[in-house]
Amino acid sequence: MGKVLMKGNEVIAEAAVQAGCKYFFGYPITPQSELVAYMARRLPEVGGLFLQAESEIAAINMVYGAAGTGVRVMTSSSSPGFSLKQEGISYLVGSELPAVVVNVVRGGPGLGNIQPAQSDYFQVTKGGGHGDYNIPVLAPASLQEIVELTSEAFDIADRYRTPVILMGDGMLGQMMEPVEFGERNESELPEKKWATTGTRGDGAPKIITSLELNAEALEQRNHKLQQKFARIKENEVRYETYKIDDADYIIVAFGTVARIALNAINKARQQGLKVGLIRPISLWPFPEKPFFETRDRVKGYIAVEMSAGQMVEDVRLAVNGHAAVDFFGRTGGVVPTQEEIYQKLLSVSGGITV
Amino acid sequence: MTMKTVFTKTNGLTDNPTHYCPGCTHGIIHRLVAEVLEEMDILENTIGVASVGCSVLSYEYFNCDMTQAAHGRAPAVATGVKRVLPDRFVFTYQGDGDLASIGISEVIHAAARGEKITVIFVNNAIYGMTGGQMAPTTLIGQKTATTPFGRDESIQGSPIKVCEMLATLDGTAYIERASAHDVQHIQKAKRAIRKAFEAQKNGLGFSMVEILSTCPTNWGLDPYESLEWVKDNMIPAYPLGVYKNKQGGN
Repeated sequence: MGKVLMKGNEVIAEAAVQAGCKYFFGYPITPQSELVAYMARRLPEVGGLFLQAESEIAAINMVYGAAGTGVRVMTSSSSPGFSLKQEGISYLVGSELPAVVVNVVRGGPGLGNIQPAQSDYFQVTKGGGHGDYNIPVLAPASLQEIVELTSEAFDIADRYRTPVILMGDGMLGQMMEPVEFGERNESELPEKKWATTGTRGDGAPKIITSLELNAEALEQRNHKLQQKFARIKENEVRYETYKIDDADYIIVAFGTVARIALNAINKARQQGLKVGLIRPISLWPFPEKPFFETRDRVKGYIAVEMSAGQMVEDVRLAVNGHAAVDFFGRTGGVVPTQEEIYQKLLSVSGGITV
Repeated sequence: MTMKTVFTKTNGLTDNPTHYCPGCTHGIIHRLVAEVLEEMDILENTIGVASVGCSVLSYEYFNCDMTQAAHGRAPAVATGVKRVLPDRFVFTYQGDGDLASIGISEVIHAAARGEKITVIFVNNAIYGMTGGQMAPTTLIGQKTATTPFGRDESIQGSPIKVCEMLATLDGTAYIERASAHDVQHIQKAKRAIRKAFEAQKNGLGFSMVEILSTCPTNWGLDPYESLEWVKDNMIPAYPLGVYKNKQGGN
C-alpha cells in the first residue's frame, strides 16, 4: 500500500480500524467530526459497528460496556465533550478496562472555540476524573505518527488493561498529509479471560466493577493500580530529541507546536545559537530522562505550548531547579509562529553575540 | 416417609447473603429475574448490568456475568455489551433515582434506538442508598429527606411515569408495570419479566418491567405497612398493566 493523502481525523480512524478496532461509539463535536463520519462509513466494511450516542457521556459508557466484552473499542471527542467523558474514563480505570479515547483539543475554557489548542494537557495527564490515577497519553506531531501511535495506543491499552488517550490538536485533526499504512507489528498481548461474555461453561461468573466498600481492600486495589502505573512509567515513555548534545538552550514542545519550534530552532542554529528540542511523545508518562541528561549542562529550557503554561510544570519537575525554565504560549486557538518562538529564544538567551 | 421438594433456591442467584434491609422487596425481585433466567436456560448467555444505588451490589447476587455501571448509565453500558454480543441476553437492574433521574437520558435513548435489552426498573419512590431523598418518582405530598414538608408540585414538579413515557417510543417492544406487594402481584411481575426477556429473545426491541417496591427504612414504616403503602398510595399513582406489547398475547 502506497502513500495516501488524508485528513488527520480520518487517519486516526483508519489507523484504529487497521489496529483491529471494530467498535466505535461517538458524538459529533468540532474539530473531530470527520473522525466520527469516517467510522460511520468505514466500520460496516470490516464487519464492525458504529453507533452515534446521545451524548459524550453515553458514548464513553457504551465503550465501557463493549470494552468489558474484550473487543477493541474507541471513542473520540474534543475538549468540552472530553470533559464529559471524564466520569466514564475514571470508571474504565477503576474497572481496568482497555479502550482508546481521542481528544482533538480546541480552545477553552467553557465552550471556547474550535481552533487548535493544547490546553487540555492538565486534564489528560493529571488524572482528569475522580480518584487516584494516571492514563497513558500519546501526542503525535504528524499524520504518519498518528498511524503508529494509534496502533500502539491499542496495544498499551490491552497490555495494561487501561484506557489510553490519544491527544491531538485541532490543527493536526484538520491538516492533510500523505501517510502510509504499513504492516502492523502484532504484539504479544495477554488473553482477556476477564471479559464478560456470558459464563458459557467456563466457570464462575465474571464481574467487572470499580466498587470496593471495604477501605483496606480498596487501598489494596489502589496499590495494585499504582504498581501498574509504575510499570507503565518504566516501559512506555516515548520522546524525540533534536540537536540537544551541544545545546545551550532546549525548547520543549509536543504535537504540532514541536514542528513549528523545529523551524525556529533551525533558524537560530543558522544564526549560531545552540538550540535543541525535546519533544515528549508520551505526555504521561512524561519523559524525564532527556532532562536528567541535559539539565546540568544547559543554560535553560523553554516550554512552548498552545496553553497558558501546563506542560511547563512537568518540565520544572524534571529539571528540578538545575537550570532555568522559561515559557512561551499562545492560547484561545492562536497558534504560535516560528518568528515568535525565535524572538523568545533571542530574549531568553540574551540575543546573538557571535 | 418421603419428602417432596416443593421449593428450592434458584440457580440464578449466588449463595451470597444480600445486604438489603428487612422488608425491602429487592430480594424478591432479584429472585424473580433469576428464576426467569434459569427457566429460560439463558444464565450462561446473559450479561447483567448493575447500577448505582441500593442494588449496586446486585452483581454479587446474580449468578451470571455482571458488569457494574456508573449512576444512570446502565442502559448505555448494556448497549455497548449487546451491540458487540447480539446473540447474548443483556439486562440492567436499576432503581428509580438511577433510572428516572440521573439516567433518564440513557434509558430514553436506549428505548428509542430499540436496543434489544431488558431493563428491570425497581421503583420505590425514593433514593434508598443515599438516605431517603426525593426521587423523580416520589409521590405528591410524600415526605423525604429533601422534601421534609412533602413533595410540593409547585416546587418539585410532579412524578415521572416512566412506562407511559417510554411506551410512546417506537423502539419499545414490551413495557409493563407490576408490583411486588403481595403474592398474586409477585407472580404477575414474574410473568412480566419473562415476557420482557422473550421480547429480547425474539429481537423485537427494547423491553422494560417497572416493579413497584418498598423502602421501609426510608419511608419510616414497618415491612407490612410498607406493602400496604404500595397498594394504597403507589398503585393509584402508577397504574399497573401492560403499556406496550409488540409480540402480542397476554
